[in-house]
Amino acid sequence: MLTRTLARLSWVDLILRVFQIIAAIVIVIGIVNVFRSNTYTSNQWATLVFAGLAQGSIYALIALGYTLVYGILLMINFAHGEVYMAGAFSTVFLAGYFSNTGFLQSSPILAIIIMIIFAAAVSTAIALLLERIAYRPLRNAPRLIPLITAIGASFTLQYTFRGLYGAEFKSYPQVPALSGTVNVIGFDVPLVQLVVFFAAVGLMIALYLYVERTKSGKAMRAVSEDKDVARLMGIDIDRVIVTTFALGGALAGAAGVFNGLFRPQGVFFFMGFFPGIKAFTAAVLGGIGNIPGAMIGGLMLGLIESLGPNSIVEGLGIPSANQLKDAIAFSVLVLILIYRPQGIFGERLAEKKA
Amino acid sequence: MSTILETKSVTKRFGGLVAVNALDLVIEENSISAVIGPNGAGKTTFFNCITGFYTPEEGGIVFNEKEIDGLRTDVVTRMGIARTYQNIRLFPAMTAIENVLVGQHPHLHTSWISAVTRSAGFKDEEESALEEARRLLRFVGLKGMGDQLARNLPYGAQRRLEIARALASQPALLLLDEPTAGMNPNETGEMIRFVQHLRDELGITILLIEHDMRVVMTISEQITVLDYGTKIAEGGPKDIQSNPKVIEAYLGRGAAGGIENGSN
Amino acid sequence: MEEKTYTWRDLINYGLLGSVVTLYFGMIGMLELFDERILITPFLSLGDVLLFSGVIGIVFFAVNKFASSLNEAFKVGAVVGAVSAIFPIVLSFIATSELIAEQFVIRDVFVSVTDRLVEIYNFGLEPIVGSLVLIVAFAIVGVLTALFIKTDPKIERPLLMGIVLTLGIGLFSENVTQILGNLPAGIGRSISRLLFTNKALTIVSALIIFLLTAGITYWRMRRPTTGESRGFNFSFEDISNRGLNRAQMIQLAIVAVVLLLLPWMVGSFLSQVLFNVGLFILMGLGLNIVVGYAGLLDLGYVAFFAFGAYTMGILTTATSLNPGLGLNFWTALPFAILIAVMFGIILGVPVLNMRGDYLAIVTLGFGEIIRILALSDWLAPVMGGAQGVLKIAKPVFFGVEMGSPETMYYMVLAGSLLVGFVAIRLRDSRLGRQWMAMREDEDVAEAMGINLVQTKLMAFAIGAAFSGLAGAIFSARVNNIFPHSFNLLISINALSLIIVGGIGSIPGVIIGALVLVGLPELLREFSEYRLLMYGILLIVMMLVRPEGFIPAEIYKRELRADEETETEIEAQVTSS
Repeated sequence: MLTRTLARLSWVDLILRVFQIIAAIVIVIGIVNVFRSNTYTSNQWATLVFAGLAQGSIYALIALGYTLVYGILLMINFAHGEVYMAGAFSTVFLAGYFSNTGFLQSSPILAIIIMIIFAAAVSTAIALLLERIAYRPLRNAPRLIPLITAIGASFTLQYTFRGLYGAEFKSYPQVPALSGTVNVIGFDVPLVQLVVFFAAVGLMIALYLYVERTKSGKAMRAVSEDKDVARLMGIDIDRVIVTTFALGGALAGAAGVFNGLFRPQGVFFFMGFFPGIKAFTAAVLGGIGNIPGAMIGGLMLGLIESLGPNSIVEGLGIPSANQLKDAIAFSVLVLILIYRPQGIFGERLAEKKA
Repeated sequence: MSTILETKSVTKRFGGLVAVNALDLVIEENSISAVIGPNGAGKTTFFNCITGFYTPEEGGIVFNEKEIDGLRTDVVTRMGIARTYQNIRLFPAMTAIENVLVGQHPHLHTSWISAVTRSAGFKDEEESALEEARRLLRFVGLKGMGDQLARNLPYGAQRRLEIARALASQPALLLLDEPTAGMNPNETGEMIRFVQHLRDELGITILLIEHDMRVVMTISEQITVLDYGTKIAEGGPKDIQSNPKVIEAYLGRGAAGGIENGSN
Repeated sequence: MEEKTYTWRDLINYGLLGSVVTLYFGMIGMLELFDERILITPFLSLGDVLLFSGVIGIVFFAVNKFASSLNEAFKVGAVVGAVSAIFPIVLSFIATSELIAEQFVIRDVFVSVTDRLVEIYNFGLEPIVGSLVLIVAFAIVGVLTALFIKTDPKIERPLLMGIVLTLGIGLFSENVTQILGNLPAGIGRSISRLLFTNKALTIVSALIIFLLTAGITYWRMRRPTTGESRGFNFSFEDISNRGLNRAQMIQLAIVAVVLLLLPWMVGSFLSQVLFNVGLFILMGLGLNIVVGYAGLLDLGYVAFFAFGAYTMGILTTATSLNPGLGLNFWTALPFAILIAVMFGIILGVPVLNMRGDYLAIVTLGFGEIIRILALSDWLAPVMGGAQGVLKIAKPVFFGVEMGSPETMYYMVLAGSLLVGFVAIRLRDSRLGRQWMAMREDEDVAEAMGINLVQTKLMAFAIGAAFSGLAGAIFSARVNNIFPHSFNLLISINALSLIIVGGIGSIPGVIIGALVLVGLPELLREFSEYRLLMYGILLIVMMLVRPEGFIPAEIYKRELRADEETETEIEAQVTSS
């Protein structure tokens, strides 16, 4: 038995295994070093954890869009980051208007809910447009082709919004009601992070219930299991696909508002690209096509990204660890796809209809 | 007569499902044998085990006195086993002759450097490979169709092209997965003669999966019947026809003569 | 002809679609920017062309879909055209209405809705008069388009050629002037003074060019074509595989002379453009092997370009900042390629088991990781960090220092020819067939005895080698390299150009590079819309013509499948 296993083991597998072991050792060394040297206090770690969770919940919301579409169509909607951008970028004007008129200060909850609805509407509209123009006509084309239109759509949307709203950064207004900190198990946590986190989790639970409990959610699951059989059962596939894109778009729009609330860097036309790829990473991390997987994957990626530079990278003695923040996210993506493409929870969907 | 292929209690599982269960099979050199069985009996999975596409969990496969189980598909092919597919799998955007040239891959040796320099050795080899490919196309009755894209060929021609491509690797053992599926009686008759011709003229051992009982009974010397991955009967056409287990397996589920799909 | 039915609703829907397109061009600011480029003084700007292009396009679809007779075509054209004016008119009223302006200034949100845009939509007239003019103008354009579609192709083609060439010369007036400026004895300068005023064609010169082009096209179409008498009738395949007859030799010689003299004919600026085009041809040919032949969608191709460039930089730079080795270009070149190949294999191994989308994303990830690492302080001692690598050696060729666009053009020309040659020969060999078989069906390819690992790594390695060569030449040309030069856009650029040109097609790579790299370089002033155009082009291309401008010619691949053709070819060869 052993000899046969050895005979089957190609040198490619061998190299990959060695890579894997090295990566694991490097990560462990990094973490051990940082904790041995006590560079950071527990308060600093807690800050990173909460920031990571809030950021991760935004990734999770976007990731759900990838996962929903992948579950149904087995394609990666490469332009989904732009759907997110569209909602976030458009709503900055509404937020500014609310802030100028004092509405945001007088009734912040209502104002933010209206903003979320508006952003979700814009993102949904863009997602549906994308589906109608760029994806629907190509549904039976070879897999490479929709991927290329997705890349094209991504650029088209970025530069359309740049043309519409200008190339400058625009910032969401400060919400007085959300400034300040809250004490959570002994740590001071910015309120806005908690709000973003819980609101996002609330939306995710709502989505989960929708998919599990409602009739159209059931139709979605049926289509993702087997399109042909679902059609025979009288399910309108087009409608399910449109619903899927709309849901993904709405969540991405909401994520855009959350991002605006808690990150002061502002929004601009290229803001969707990196979150898009990172959210895709999150979706893969949790197992693409798997809804709870995307949620957990998003939160995990947020944490990895937030803690990674200060723990692993710094522990390895690499200077300016935060410069490598994006590289960490990409490395997670690459490592996951190489070693566990089915993700943490997922079955191996990638090859089902490849 | 000597044994060309022997499988010893080959078992392949997918999760809890046992697709092939402790299958023993001996194929004599220069014979025509068939594996039959109802839908989902594990026939194609068994083929996939022989060609190395799947690695069986248990058991061994010996081909020409060498153990081949666990080897990669391309290595198995180079040792002399070629196959066709149940649902024709040509290289659709390549021409017919290119398909055959790809089939000759195991017997071509010039390196990419001599391809760039167009060395004399390269030219000779390409020339003789082309000659051989044309000969094979003629052999399967596709003369004059070499420049057509594989996907544009009519159905029957595609089946024959697939066989030409398999023959191009000069196999000692040819696995045919439902060679007459979707053919009319005329074409089926032609295919029967063609398969016999392959064995008689080229001395290639043939192992085939087939649903058309008329075909099976006409050309096979030895028939193995699978049901739920397990061998339930083995013998010549006469024995099989009268074997009660076989009749039950087929008639019991009313699947006789049905067209199998997606058994892997 | 079959009866085509339609309702008023259909026409209005099409009109509204045209209206959305017209509005879109305005709202994203393209109209205003394009309006600054005058093609024919004093009345036609590029903006006008864009303004009407939406209508023309939509009428084209509508007429083809609905109209069977000429009368109907006129009706369809007029209605669809007139309806197309609606949204721009609405926008003009919103933008000019004082009532609305008290509540909400549209420009605060939509930055491109300027007074100038309203002026363009209204032809500079009062809103109400302007709106009417716009409706009438669009209706007329619609009718003209309909008329054009329904005319005899014998007249249609010359007209089209005339319009395209006239507008083209108007658009590229500066480049035409540059080229003419290089003609001896100031002839060119006098010609360009005659043709252009203020960088635009005059009405008279526009008319002359139009009539000349249309006339020549018409005359040439009337002559019976003999097929072989015109154009170049040799292909790369012939050069590579068969040898040429005398006529082909002469044509080849002419092409060679033109290619050699090109930089001196077009001047320094255009030489730089040619250099960039050549660089992308080089990369495109490499990526074409990976994507087109082997079917591996690689979005991290820029990584190997970066490895080539950085290796060249680090090995040849000799400043105190970078502890370079101070090698010369030619010594460093093999190392640059070798390093690129090495990384091609190193990054290739982990992705061996991946297909399609996942492969694309992982390679994209690799590209970004490498860019981020090059930018980091961590690797700054080697790669220079954000400061990049400075003072990279220029190649010296027989004592002549190269570095100017004109001389470096020869470098990419030589590189492209070499790479194209290698690409063709590999394609028409066992390895090429291995790649294509793998592209078509990996499992079956393996069942044909093809070692997938080897075959994939060969594709990655050779692709990386070409990209590394391009990177090395690039760094020698620009002398200083910075991490931000090696972003995802390069990969996207290279990918787009092979897709637009035709996946797997070598002439396609050349056309793709000319269109996607050359044109934008010439139209620098519109560069903010470059990527928008890319995006739209990619989508439209995939929807309408996924095989590209020049599809890979599978049929023409001379495999001589049948004896008959073979003897024919032999007869040809011996007779010539």
